[in-house]
Amino acid sequence: MIPAALALLKRDLSLAFARGGGPVLAAGFYITLMAMVPLSLGPDAQTLSRIAPGLTWLCLALASLLSLERLFERDYEDGVFDLLRTGPLALEAVALLKCLAQWLGTGLILSLMTPVVMIILGAPVDAAGLSLIAALIGSLSFALIGGVGASLTLGSRKGGVLIALLVLPFYVPPVIFGAGLMDAYVTGAPIAQALGLLGAYGLFALALSPIAMGAALRSALN
Amino acid sequence: MIISWLANPERFSKVFAPVRPYLAAATAILFVWGLYLCFASPEDYQQGDTVRIMYIHVPAAWMGLFTYLVMGVSSFFGLIFRHALADAAAKAAAPIGAVFTALALITGSLWGKPMWGTWWEWDGRMTSVLVLFLFYIGYMALHASIEDETRAAKSTAILALIGLVNLPIIKFSVDWWNTLHQGASVFRADGPTVAPAMLWPLLIMALAYHLLFVWLWLVRIDCEILSRKYNGLRARISFREGGA
Repeated sequence: MIPAALALLKRDLSLAFARGGGPVLAAGFYITLMAMVPLSLGPDAQTLSRIAPGLTWLCLALASLLSLERLFERDYEDGVFDLLRTGPLALEAVALLKCLAQWLGTGLILSLMTPVVMIILGAPVDAAGLSLIAALIGSLSFALIGGVGASLTLGSRKGGVLIALLVLPFYVPPVIFGAGLMDAYVTGAPIAQALGLLGAYGLFALALSPIAMGAALRSALN
Repeated sequence: MIISWLANPERFSKVFAPVRPYLAAATAILFVWGLYLCFASPEDYQQGDTVRIMYIHVPAAWMGLFTYLVMGVSSFFGLIFRHALADAAAKAAAPIGAVFTALALITGSLWGKPMWGTWWEWDGRMTSVLVLFLFYIGYMALHASIEDETRAAKSTAILALIGLVNLPIIKFSVDWWNTLHQGASVFRADGPTVAPAMLWPLLIMALAYHLLFVWLWLVRIDCEILSRKYNGLRARISFREGGA
């Protein structure tokens, strides 16, 4: 079972990187979005540093939407799922591994960029470590919830926009907790509560999303 | 027991079709009475006449949540026990809930202008109701985008159940983030803080809204059953013509 899981993870990861699109595209989108901010709001340093933590969270959420449409679609269309179904892994595990590969390919890279982007926009340098941890947890929750959205819209006619509409309301709590955490850190308020809530939401998504994805995939495959 | 007995669409239609006119009449009477009471009730010492918006606004907001609960429970039955009627019930409730939620948002905005001096404030309650509204829209869009009826029902049921777990979290997180809207004043452990002269019209209006929902819901479920029957018949006819 574990070799099968590793093989699947490896396959999905190499597909993500081989396609060229995924990680590079997401990173490019993230940077472009960030570059638009000073252009649209003006380069006033004080404003930018005040809104920097919230903005990075917004852009992280938006960038993680990018490749969701293709998360299951390709394997669904060319019958890979039917094959995977006969293998040793439950569909729930398959879905979870695919989300994990997706996260390693995009979310992880975006999270690594988050502290840099935040500092460029004027957040204090000593917030970098905390912002990295928060972004890692947050992007993992985004990937898992996004996976649920992607599995629900399998076989529907208008994938991309629909996924965004379904998924974004569920991105609200991590965005609030994440941005609140950074705000609390910058203003010197205690951070334990926001960090705990962010982690709780991530664990919650980790526990429940495989069940939902498995049920949705099973209904799509029948 | 009763639920599984009623799960037969034919029986469902037969049982509820004769009830519907009475329900409609009761709804109309309650609305007339409730609206009369709204205007007969005293002005608020602070808010003046604008307090009357409350009788439209508050029950609409309650109904937005209540309808979602109905949708979640129907979806649960549809998903776990595979009742075709439960799927129809969940699907039928969604647009009604969306309209109630939109009504709550619009009347809230109209009330906010004279009271808070702003049409919209990004406060906890308003934001979470807006998210609820978006959720209804997403639910309907997902249903419409999947052609196969059984699959659409299943996907939306999963979405509704995820939402049932998630909406309290969203609401709580949003409340935690910021709040201007007043707290609960009717359902409190130490009894309502609303004056009885205002509580009565509010409760009558709430009852009227509930009856309106049930009536609309039954009509829509019946429409759903009929449209399925129609599609089934049409498929059978075209099959026969194609075969001959």
